[in-house]
Amino acid sequence: MLNKIGKLALASVVGLGLTAGAGAAKAETPKSGGILNFVVGSKIPSYDGHQETTFGMIHPIRPFYSLLIRVNPNNPSDPTDFECDLCEGDVPTATENGTKFTFKIRKGVTFHDGTPLTSADIKATMDKIVFPGEGVPSARKAFFRSVDTITTPDAHTIVFKLKFPTAAFIPALATPFNFVYSKKDLDAHGMSWHKANVNGTGPFKFVQHQPGAFVEGIKNQNYHFKGKPYLDGFKAIAAPKMAVRLSAIRGDRAAIEFRGFPPKARDDLVKSLGDEITVQESDWNCVLLATPNQKRKPFDNAKVRNALTLGIDRWGGSKYLSQIAIVKTVGGVMFPNHPLAATKDELMKLKGYNTDIEASRAEAKKLLADAGHSNLKVDFSNRGVDQPYKVVGTWLVDQWRKVGIETAQRVQPSGPFYDSLRKKADFDVSIDFNCQSVINPIADMTKFLGSAGNNYGRFEDPELEAIYSKIEKEGDATKLRQLVRQYETRSLSDETSGMVTLWWYKINPHRSYVKGWKIAPSHYLAQHLDHIWLDK
Amino acid sequence: MSKYIFKRVLLMIPTLIGAGVLVFFLMRLIPGDVCELRFAGTGLYVDQAQIDTCRSNLGIDRPMFVQFADFMIGFFTFNFGDSMWTGKPILFEIGLRFELSLQVAIMATFVAVIIAIPLGAISAIKQDTWLDYAVRTFAIAGIAIPSFWLGIMIILGLLIVTQQVTGIPWMPPIDYKPIWVDPAHNIAQLIWPAVATGYRYSAVATRMTRSALLEVLREDYIRTARAKGLIEKVVINRHALKNAMLPVVTIIGIEFAFLMGGLVVTEQVFNLNGIGKLFIESVQNHDYAMTEALVMLVVLIFVVTNFIIDLCYAWLDPRIRYS
Repeated sequence: MLNKIGKLALASVVGLGLTAGAGAAKAETPKSGGILNFVVGSKIPSYDGHQETTFGMIHPIRPFYSLLIRVNPNNPSDPTDFECDLCEGDVPTATENGTKFTFKIRKGVTFHDGTPLTSADIKATMDKIVFPGEGVPSARKAFFRSVDTITTPDAHTIVFKLKFPTAAFIPALATPFNFVYSKKDLDAHGMSWHKANVNGTGPFKFVQHQPGAFVEGIKNQNYHFKGKPYLDGFKAIAAPKMAVRLSAIRGDRAAIEFRGFPPKARDDLVKSLGDEITVQESDWNCVLLATPNQKRKPFDNAKVRNALTLGIDRWGGSKYLSQIAIVKTVGGVMFPNHPLAATKDELMKLKGYNTDIEASRAEAKKLLADAGHSNLKVDFSNRGVDQPYKVVGTWLVDQWRKVGIETAQRVQPSGPFYDSLRKKADFDVSIDFNCQSVINPIADMTKFLGSAGNNYGRFEDPELEAIYSKIEKEGDATKLRQLVRQYETRSLSDETSGMVTLWWYKINPHRSYVKGWKIAPSHYLAQHLDHIWLDK
Repeated sequence: MSKYIFKRVLLMIPTLIGAGVLVFFLMRLIPGDVCELRFAGTGLYVDQAQIDTCRSNLGIDRPMFVQFADFMIGFFTFNFGDSMWTGKPILFEIGLRFELSLQVAIMATFVAVIIAIPLGAISAIKQDTWLDYAVRTFAIAGIAIPSFWLGIMIILGLLIVTQQVTGIPWMPPIDYKPIWVDPAHNIAQLIWPAVATGYRYSAVATRMTRSALLEVLREDYIRTARAKGLIEKVVINRHALKNAMLPVVTIIGIEFAFLMGGLVVTEQVFNLNGIGKLFIESVQNHDYAMTEALVMLVVLIFVVTNFIIDLCYAWLDPRIRYS
């Protein structure tokens, strides 16, 4: 099945990364040397990739580690292009009806402390992620529900045996948080040692971390990709305020920020620096959702939920919000432009996606009247983060006002917001989001299931679950696509158990002397920095 | 005098305990916790067992009174434990930032004092002249302009002006280096926040110096000093200014203590890794242990500063010392 989807994907994907500057650049010979300074807008909770979920850890720490496989840094926009990092040759295809993956491990790789890498290290790492013991946090354990056993027939071979064939396994394996640790460290120091210590096989060696200030790395001379990294080192400078990050690039205190800026910031930088700034843009594997709480009346009524989605002018919103916020693309449950994603014609069949917004709004008013809620009031919970939560939230309030819905928006800091979303459930509708790293559509779409641990709609929909079960096991690409449409229609249109607002849009303006870095559809991807060089 | 000092030190203890109780319980009234924030923060699927494991590892699932007892014992033994967010020792985390915050506070105080006392004195001596009006305008502007806004304007101004003049935009460094490691880098980074906060600080102190000096200049003993033929310089410096300093010292002390923990926004504007930034981050992260330690630190700084101000009072005004 993986092969079929892979072929479909390769045949259909057309360059997702809309690269304004770098895309047009001709191939240049990389130069070695220099220190890359970059700014990071979030904090490092700990160095342990297996338990953390934030880019605040990935951007400064990922360069110290390798993965078994990774997204191809030269083609990160392609959701099906993976390459071996610590494995040898090409990424293996599944055998035994798609249930067995055998990886050959590179020889001659050493950890930064000099310990040679063997398959035992990969197994110890994957065991920690897939089968964590009691008291061992693993944020991505659920990604590997299909894994049955992990074995090492010899020192340079590792075998993953799956319970059932799934296209979700390879993308899950390429997740950038799956840092490969040394078995020796895990055995000697325990499962928590990597929270505060670094020992990887990555392109850079750890120099120092001043909490709240910066992380420094220096070139690993024994890196397994010969000739790389090009940089002598890097300095990841913590800068929580966007204005500081922007000024830092303008004043050349930093060359790049990997997460992304809103359009206005891009325009300001280009205006002040001209050719010295290169802009790369891409669709982003993050989507902002509005989730009705079906445990509260009248949001248990599908007509009311339908009215809510019908009131939203997504096409108009895309046009205007994309000028002020990091959102742009209209889409369904799948990452836009993915072979399995809905086309515009398919989207327009869903409630709330019609380009004739007046017709949609008339239908919304009629549904509200039918349900006896013409003067509906909504308690709307939002997160106190400007981009894009507050911008999109305020836009939603206005959209719903146009169908006669009075919305009271409650904006709370992240802590109380999550408490409200996960525990208190004291909202009618809440902003929610799905932000993933590697594009893994089969896994990513679980967010819309009532049974998902990260769905906060508080509903049960056996029909949707049944469709998803078929999706998980379907091997035929055409049938799979049809099933995804059924899933999408059920979730977003018929039941409106979730509302997709707009997909995020990633804008990375950076100093033009930064070369080799290609924008990915996620701010978590291609952050090992071994392919970046400075043309100074 | 020693009896006075002893009494003041004893008074600090209930103040610190009261602050400790308050901050411990107020922090726990905020909905959510550090584990929920860490695991749910990116919208990923979160297994409730993972969150429970995290809570158990951090000890925040224990009964409240056990946690409180731990906190108070830690406070009195100077063992605040580890940050719930980073896992690093709290004293290490605070120590890293304390040096920077202290330097900014000292530099801002220096800026404020060298501006405020001469300007305030001139303004009082030359009352109702154009000089007085100019100083008062300067002072009122300083009070009205928020430091963070001035900071933003300074950075933007530097970027624009340097680009216009040299063609290359320049801004202060955004990474801290101690003054003994790289003095030029250190000063280039910290002089701007010191000016931004020092301006507001000096404005308050200028106003206070002016009004205190005006009051003293109308006292009988000043008239007597002039009547007996003392030159004006001696009257002002020896008799008037020293007596006018009591409220000014209070303002300087309180502002200094405030700068040690209250530069929350200015530190963000200049990307300073100081106590204020740590404060805001620890509150955002629901890092109870760190927030409690920081509040106690700031309370301690205020209490000690007030204590020093009181000692200065006694030195400046012998009537306090002898009573």
